[in-house]
Amino acid sequence: MSNATQGFAYEEALLFELSRPGRRGVDLPALDVPDVDAKQLLGEAFRAEPADLPQLSEVDVVRHFTRLSTWNAAVDLGLYPLGSCTMKYNPKINERVARLPGFAWAHPHSPAERVQGLLQLCHELERSLAEISGMDRVSLQPAAGAQGELAGIMMIRAYHEHRGERRHKVLIPDSAHGTNPASAALNGYDVVSVPSGSDGLLHPEAVEEVMADDVAALMITNPNTLGLFETHIGRICEIVHSGGGLVYGDGANLNALLGRGRPGDLGIDVMHFNLHKTFSTPHGGGGPGSGPVGVKSILEPFLPVPVVAQAEDGSLEWDEDRPLTIGRLHGNHGNVGMLVRAHAYILSLGPEGLRRCADMAVLNANYLLARLRGAFHVPYDGAVMHECVLSDRELAATGVTTLDVAKRLIDHGYHPPTIYFPLVVAGALMIEPTESESREGLDRFVETLLDIVREAHEEPEKVRSAPNRTRLARLDETRAARKPVLRWQPEDV
Amino acid sequence: MQEGRWAVAEYDIRAELRYSREDEWVRAEGDRVTVGVSDYAQQQLGDVVFVELPEVGRTVDAGEPFGVIESVKTVADLYAPVSGEVVEVNDVLAETPEAVNEDCYGDGWMIVIATSDASEVEALLDVEAYKQHIKERADQDH
Repeated sequence: MSNATQGFAYEEALLFELSRPGRRGVDLPALDVPDVDAKQLLGEAFRAEPADLPQLSEVDVVRHFTRLSTWNAAVDLGLYPLGSCTMKYNPKINERVARLPGFAWAHPHSPAERVQGLLQLCHELERSLAEISGMDRVSLQPAAGAQGELAGIMMIRAYHEHRGERRHKVLIPDSAHGTNPASAALNGYDVVSVPSGSDGLLHPEAVEEVMADDVAALMITNPNTLGLFETHIGRICEIVHSGGGLVYGDGANLNALLGRGRPGDLGIDVMHFNLHKTFSTPHGGGGPGSGPVGVKSILEPFLPVPVVAQAEDGSLEWDEDRPLTIGRLHGNHGNVGMLVRAHAYILSLGPEGLRRCADMAVLNANYLLARLRGAFHVPYDGAVMHECVLSDRELAATGVTTLDVAKRLIDHGYHPPTIYFPLVVAGALMIEPTESESREGLDRFVETLLDIVREAHEEPEKVRSAPNRTRLARLDETRAARKPVLRWQPEDV
Repeated sequence: MQEGRWAVAEYDIRAELRYSREDEWVRAEGDRVTVGVSDYAQQQLGDVVFVELPEVGRTVDAGEPFGVIESVKTVADLYAPVSGEVVEVNDVLAETPEAVNEDCYGDGWMIVIATSDASEVEALLDVEAYKQHIKERADQDH
């Protein structure tokens, strides 16, 4: 049975096109305070012509966005195998806890004594993340993984500057996520790319070759983006440390290690967590994300402010008085609603449940790899962790590429996997099933991919023209990138 | 059926040019060295959507990034094959990046460097060495 069917498929116009003069969603009560002259009050800021905003009724707006939402792929609709993104199921208990009024209605400017429960949650979540990762302290401030990474590298820079050392390079393996060089560059560092070995791993010799006294840090993802565990991590950290550098751990793939290995024990000095990946908070479509950053004690003085601290009377408060801090990263206290969800997740699974997450995520990825090997080329073969990377090499003679396979999966109701990444693999398909999928669900996905491979050989045009069953045919990504239309314009009046 | 990216014969590699290991081509006329990316590079990248080039007057060192090329698949640095001063830039690519795909050795040229060291051109790969370089990568390719 196919995973998708055709049924309600709504067309929907833009809000601007749905607009009708005078239509509105609210009835304002009669004015019961003295009228003022807005023009006089606002001076030059007063606009003579009202902004041409769409005018709609409440039902228009609700239907508009609900209809648009039916166009979404979602993890609540099916497998979402986006590699290195850990699109795991988000348990509904998280939502229930986040809606408790004490959390949901807390104002970010509430005095600490009025939100002791929320502060307690932040404190406990910090301790849990520290225990899971082997770090000493954690800041919950960063609003997403990339900001956590930025904060981590800012702390590394502050650490070296505080010691009076001038270091201007950051080492990054060639299989890294693009955010790593971006975080380094935003901190003014030159990026030195370190080649992975022919087995897909980073080797101590390659790091030794580029390690120097002007290197501030190495950034590493473990397991890496090929889904492989960096077995030389211990030695690599030693090399960087003995040269006076620090090691940054990209936490994107932490799901594979939960309860089985701790980055802090492997030699990592600072890392970020993607709560929206590993800890099941909403992901995609704006999340919002949450990217706490954890550090070993040597970096603790540089943590962003505020941090939750215990006052002498045992109550919790926000501590802003930290002279070496890199400063504030967020208007308030991070994306607090996500912290509540992640905490609910950690508590509801417990240590044994978290360990089973990692085990099942790794088992599922290896199961997919075992069933797809042969039909697809496996560039770096061997046991993988939480994701596997295939390529379209076996399909070369058919003219069908990775992009075509990804598009054809949409016809079968699957969000495509990550494609053309990592860059070290030509035509990469990077598949991360997560622990959420059942055996039957994985089998259905495998059968679909095998059908697509068969089709590529027998009727390649069908794959190359995909998607064929969607509301819109294949979009012209090239034209969209070359000549983007970013703004709605009224038709000539 | 074509063999796709796995066969060297699929690429238009021209004898009159020299090549860097990072897939830039150069055409040297006196001390003026025109630089672009090879047919292999443009095929590997796929549809190019954006090319960021330096200002005229910037000096570059051989092996140093001088710009960025973005395709629907990926983003890559462009490396200067020789050292010198950038004396001309193909501004047309800002509006028509597709020229890199359509005519990589002609309209898709990127910059002209007034080289300070002509021996750097000699040190680049000739057509046979570059074809060999492509083949080796395809063999190792993962």
